[in-house]
Amino acid sequence: MTDAGPLLRVEGLQVHFPIKRGVFVDRTVGHVKAVDGVDLTIDRGTTYGLVGESGCGKSTLGRAILRLEEPTAGQVWFDGVDVASLKPEPLRHMRRRMQMVFQDPLGSLDPRQDVESLLAEPLKAHGLGGDKAAISTRLRELLDAVGLPTAALRRYPHEFSGGQRQRIGIARAITVEPDLLIADEPVSALDVSVQAQVLNLLEELQERLGLTYLVIAHDLAVVRHISDVVGVMYLGSLVEQAPADSLYEQPLHPYTRSLMSAVPVPDPVVEDARERILLSGDLPSPADPPSGCRFHTRCPWRQETRCDDEVPVLRELAPGHLVSCHWAEDVRDGRLLPKGPDEVAATQGVSVAATGGRAADDALVGGVDEPISYL
Amino acid sequence: MNPLTTPVLEVEDLRVRFQRRGEPATLAVDGVSFSVAPGETVGLVGESGCGKSVTSLATMGLLPSRGVQVDGSVRLDGRELLGAGDRTLRKLRGKDMAMVFQDPLSSLNPTVTVGLQVTEVLAQHRGLKGEAAKAEAVDLLDRVGIPDPRRRLGEYPHQLSGGMRQRALIAMALACSPRLLIADEPTTALDVTIQAQILELLRDLVQGSGTALVMITHDLGVVAGLCDRVHVMYAGRIIETAERRDLFARPRHPYTGGLLNSVPRLDSGRGTPLTPIRGSARDTIPWAQGCAFAPRCDSAEDDCLVEVSGSEVDLVTEPGGRELRCRHPLTPAVPTTSPLTPGATS
Repeated sequence: MTDAGPLLRVEGLQVHFPIKRGVFVDRTVGHVKAVDGVDLTIDRGTTYGLVGESGCGKSTLGRAILRLEEPTAGQVWFDGVDVASLKPEPLRHMRRRMQMVFQDPLGSLDPRQDVESLLAEPLKAHGLGGDKAAISTRLRELLDAVGLPTAALRRYPHEFSGGQRQRIGIARAITVEPDLLIADEPVSALDVSVQAQVLNLLEELQERLGLTYLVIAHDLAVVRHISDVVGVMYLGSLVEQAPADSLYEQPLHPYTRSLMSAVPVPDPVVEDARERILLSGDLPSPADPPSGCRFHTRCPWRQETRCDDEVPVLRELAPGHLVSCHWAEDVRDGRLLPKGPDEVAATQGVSVAATGGRAADDALVGGVDEPISYL
Repeated sequence: MNPLTTPVLEVEDLRVRFQRRGEPATLAVDGVSFSVAPGETVGLVGESGCGKSVTSLATMGLLPSRGVQVDGSVRLDGRELLGAGDRTLRKLRGKDMAMVFQDPLSSLNPTVTVGLQVTEVLAQHRGLKGEAAKAEAVDLLDRVGIPDPRRRLGEYPHQLSGGMRQRALIAMALACSPRLLIADEPTTALDVTIQAQILELLRDLVQGSGTALVMITHDLGVVAGLCDRVHVMYAGRIIETAERRDLFARPRHPYTGGLLNSVPRLDSGRGTPLTPIRGSARDTIPWAQGCAFAPRCDSAEDDCLVEVSGSEVDLVTEPGGRELRCRHPLTPAVPTTSPLTPGATS
């Protein structure tokens, strides 16, 4: 934490998984492009939130940064060192500075180790902590930092509730005083009343220890709550990245817009008034992504034929606000109106009639009762 | 809701007790009552372990008979279901009442094609066979928005995506236009864009065919957009009931208020503080000793405990239809009945 500049810089990162066929000889018949050319930077002491639906590659990206997954191409610069090309031993040392918090605390904690042993293990693995007494003091500090009683040391993971287990997971990650914490769905397995406790804890630790976070989550409200910068992923690439408030106040990419319109807000007044953009169909297979803009098969704003043929690049439309859409300005200024569902369906050869008699309202519904006007 | 319409489902004083040998019995549902009218959507909300799913399983008669004791009354169109024989229930399930579960993959038979699973319902309850059943199945899948339904009929559940499977399950549930549909966390396993599609489908179903819908969820956002009336459950009991808008605008039970304050909202920016509820769902006391929420409650006082007050905390119905089980609510009762007095509990 000496020099300025971003703590983490990812350039052109790709992670492709081969698809193998054959009984005796593995033939590679294709690749799942889980992460396909992602650039991002995270400044020290800030939180980068990565959102997207399941299968968009957000978890793979997080794992590839730590090299838990070998990147196919691209660089990961952590504090000026290219992690992607580090040899095993230097990598092991580097990992002390970048730790991970997993989604499922029960699955990521060894059920046969008590908390003391779980927390001391990273210290010993990195030769930190000193003698027994020093380690014991350190563990007590840690428990205190994550809000668990000292009595927890002698207990096993199954004796704790989900929220407490996640606290143990966080304590384990910060044991070795990392600079970067990658949290993959840190609260999605928790009950709502407990979610808030863990989110507050993460924020408090960041403030106290000067941590840098990469938070991966599918819940847009959670991400907005804790992030400085948010990146939205779709089928392996970033489609939009912006400071959190700017992204939520004015989402520019059609996918971000639909995603946000789909998140229910716990307020009936907001729910009754808001515009819903229903997307047709499911996420296409990342093994066979659509040509051109990957979102064009579901996009209500798609324009013939540029969206089908030309891959859009991330462009900066406002300070710090990047978007990869050919028509972002026109969509923003309302010069382009979203297409009706029938049209999206007809041009894509899929049915979007999800609601029987009210098919016309399906792909796009303005408010609950009133369909907004179509082009 | 029109008070004259008779409810489709009436659940009265439902109690479900799980008894395992050598262990004390667990009262998972402890005196739950609610009713659902045609075309109405009622939400059962609560966190894991509050008894919402057990309530739905007991309603459908899907709990195992061994080691489980179900008391109270469950009436479908006035007809008592508790104690009804298996054959009677089997005739009703799928026809008059249907259920959609959280995990569509484990509720579909992995070894049988989707088509067969849908036509099975049609053959069982509507006597449709062969081409007629197939045509109806195609129609059903089309209604729930499954593209290319004819091809999908020949596919197995693992070949469908999560959203598609949930649609197939909903199609099966709709096959006989049931009077009552119970949806237990139907969108929890799905992505938000797919969740939006499924919720829209359910909304249309209720509005279009007057089905009574019981929506079981932990997601307050889903409730806010879908339900007419909401029951909040905690530790096996209903602790607050209100109309949707009323509940969100003026939560009165500290637990309801706590839930609302602990969810981050998409429309509130960074730094908006979250106020979590203390402790976890494990920190409860039995209702017989007092309010189960008292150990986590900031408004709790001594008289929340039975040993101080001498009586259990009852569910009280107030004018306006709100029901509340709390001695120290966040806001006073409806202003029209008792004028706001400064210094009241807040």
